Amino acid sequence: MASSHGTPPVFNNKVIAWIDYRLPIFSYIEKEYHTFPTPRNFNYFWNFGAIATVMLVLMIATGVVLATNYTPNVLMAFDSVERIDRDVPSGWLMRDLHMNGASFFFIAVYVHIFRGMYYGSYKQPRELLWILGVVIFLLMMATAFMGYVLPWGQMSFWGATVITSLFSAIPVVGDSIVTWLWGGFSIGNPTLNRFYALHYLLPFIIVAVVALHVVALHVHGSNNPTGIDPKGPQDTVPFHPYYTMKDGFGVVIFLIVYSAVVFFAPDMLGDAANYIPADPLVTPTHIVPEWYFLPFYAILRAVPDKLGGVIAMFGAIAVLFVLPWLDTSRVRSSTFRPIYKWFMLLLVVDVVVLGFCGANPPAGFWIPLSQVATLYYFVHFLILLPVLGKIERPLPLPPSIADSVLKKKAG
Amino acid sequence: MRRLIVSGAIALAALVAGAGAVAIAAGTEAHPPHRHWHFQGPFGTYDRAAAQRGYQVYAEVCSACHSLSLLAYRNLIEIGLTENQVKGLIKDITVPDLNDDGQPIDRPARLSDRFRKPFPNELAAAAANNGKAPPDLSVIVKAREGGADYIYALLTGYVPFDKLTPAQIKELNVVKDDNYNTYFPGHRIAMAPPLSDDKVTYVDGTKSTLDQQASDVTEFLAWASEPWMENRKRTGVRVILFLLALAGLMYAVKRQVWANKH
Amino acid sequence: MASSSVPADGHGDPTRRDFLMVATGALGAVGAAAVAWPFINNLNPAADTLALASIEVSVTPIEVGQAITVKWRGKPVFIRHRTEKDIKEAEAVPMSELPDPQTDNSRVTDSAKKVRPEWLIMIGVCTHLGCVPLGNKPGQDKGPYGGWYCPCHGSAYDTSGRIRKGPAPLNLVIPEYLFVSDSLVRIG
Repeated sequence: MASSHGTPPVFNNKVIAWIDYRLPIFSYIEKEYHTFPTPRNFNYFWNFGAIATVMLVLMIATGVVLATNYTPNVLMAFDSVERIDRDVPSGWLMRDLHMNGASFFFIAVYVHIFRGMYYGSYKQPRELLWILGVVIFLLMMATAFMGYVLPWGQMSFWGATVITSLFSAIPVVGDSIVTWLWGGFSIGNPTLNRFYALHYLLPFIIVAVVALHVVALHVHGSNNPTGIDPKGPQDTVPFHPYYTMKDGFGVVIFLIVYSAVVFFAPDMLGDAANYIPADPLVTPTHIVPEWYFLPFYAILRAVPDKLGGVIAMFGAIAVLFVLPWLDTSRVRSSTFRPIYKWFMLLLVVDVVVLGFCGANPPAGFWIPLSQVATLYYFVHFLILLPVLGKIERPLPLPPSIADSVLKKKAG
Repeated sequence: MRRLIVSGAIALAALVAGAGAVAIAAGTEAHPPHRHWHFQGPFGTYDRAAAQRGYQVYAEVCSACHSLSLLAYRNLIEIGLTENQVKGLIKDITVPDLNDDGQPIDRPARLSDRFRKPFPNELAAAAANNGKAPPDLSVIVKAREGGADYIYALLTGYVPFDKLTPAQIKELNVVKDDNYNTYFPGHRIAMAPPLSDDKVTYVDGTKSTLDQQASDVTEFLAWASEPWMENRKRTGVRVILFLLALAGLMYAVKRQVWANKH
Repeated sequence: MASSSVPADGHGDPTRRDFLMVATGALGAVGAAAVAWPFINNLNPAADTLALASIEVSVTPIEVGQAITVKWRGKPVFIRHRTEKDIKEAEAVPMSELPDPQTDNSRVTDSAKKVRPEWLIMIGVCTHLGCVPLGNKPGQDKGPYGGWYCPCHGSAYDTSGRIRKGPAPLNLVIPEYLFVSDSLVRIG
């Protein structure tokens, strides 16, 4: 699709034409972000790629200025964060934007992932596009985890201790790996220093992978709610102004919700214990990771075996890498999959339930609940997805995107 | 299609609710009753007079054991005092420093100095307090579940030994010298009841009850935890109004652009 | 995505569409500028740094003929309690002999225009390449003019802190200061 559209643009401005003849950046922008033929039937779920991009840029911008005032030393880190809040001009704003920005970046990406799964955006020929997305997700998790350590509060310290200790479950070399990760015999100054260095580095690697993600996207173009390929110009609109304006609107709405939290409840998503400076001798009564890790944390704790829990947790992410091959259905969009659609929504409920399990102490009914929810998570991917694709009878697909739009209008 | 968007929206709402639920991590202790605070809500501000009285309570009572190390004396100007008033408040306070020959000395405090700590270091603080260092109070309101409500409840939540029921005494293994507090996790708290009626004599003439002192010092500590709160809320109102206007325009533009495609 | 069969009004009107675009673009630009400011402002000196921008020094302990060094904004400040002889020498120098002509009087006037010839307050940084001149502590080489002497490249300053010999182009800089009382001076 993308390779077959349009003639090379002609630039009237002489300077632009001069540059473009030598380095075709303007042709590229014109082709990929202006005339780029995009399915005309996106719903608002398709905004979340743009929203996630805006959040990534915002996180890097606020992160860079925060780094100019932060001190990665166990004796000074906590106070230097407080100094940013109290004394540095606009420092509190940068920090509130950054710490809540992580949460809202994850919200955007989780919705984006849900959209990809519901509409089968990972299916042929977009498997690599999907895998690059999972890589971005992994890099985000690593970045967020290390960023949470930097304020050096009690949750920073103990969260880091618990998560890095996961690696000690690896047979034979586990303990050596943990010592290597820590740069010592416990979480300490060397750990804080390396986490800071990596926390600064990884976002730029994310930017690079996002660039690949976008390049891969533009090879075959976007999927759409019907899951059928555009068949001609009547099925598409130019990216600009149609989707630039629609994305812009979606971004502003998202920013309103984000601002409400940043300015009126900046500590809502955080943990009070992280305002207690890290103390290696006192463990908080209840260690919880940030909310966006809770489903995975619940899976970790659901398995009553150290190595088993770690394998289950990493398996929960690993399974996403092979998702394109687990799904055997020939239809992309769940809209036309009467049975799978409900299992897909059940998966969302399941992940939310896992989140609650992760937030609560592993006691009472939370234990069996988290085990059932973990079981469903894997059953969904490893059994339902391959089997349903074979036995489910999809609804009839519309003949074209334009046709489905017209039908909707009439109905 | 529309049904799908609705179900998607429900799923999204569930996700956000799940996120919010983390903040409400369940505890087993008595929940501090909610009080009305001058600083709560999207337009709430600090009650300057209460915060000034609260500073007096901190300075005369709490500061004997608790540091407030993230605050500087100059910050007191923000609770409505003039520079000269603050200088008057700190004229008898000395802070440790080194002289030109590197010897430790005590010199008069300046506005730019951080609050004087009652103990030279954490070990000394623990040694002087039966092995448990009194926590720094700079961010105490943010560092405790329940925030200001908890601090106030803790300060007013002591129950004298002779008022405890035999069941409570048995269950918690309390002895006569223990301090029993309804709201402290585990109930047995190292800190003896710090406040009592007429413990301080307020310079503004306010009647000095235990409740008044607890409420004032909580207001002061809430301010100390987040002195920029009023600025944050003010900025927030402007940002959201701006974004609402932009959203309205963006929506109109989007409709215009899509008009011939629907 | 509302799917109305009745077109919303103003669809084909280019002026309205242009106006909307321009208004949205303008508002967006205002927003972008407003967002840029906190990022730029973030790098300005913080409140704790500004709190140290002015310091108060008690001059009572400084005896006649003695000098002290205090740190101000990260730089040394010399406060010298000058003797009668220092003052007379400084006042007697003809302007023609000075590479950077300044009267002694103008160098001992505080920001309230009060002249105190006995107190000379200067930033102790050589105007040549930023070394700290000698001569402020007892026993140090005061140089040929009885003031200060920079060990780096041999600049010599007189008892008014004015450059007399050597590569330094300007006199030692006088910071803004004010005697709050006879015994207390605020620098900055």
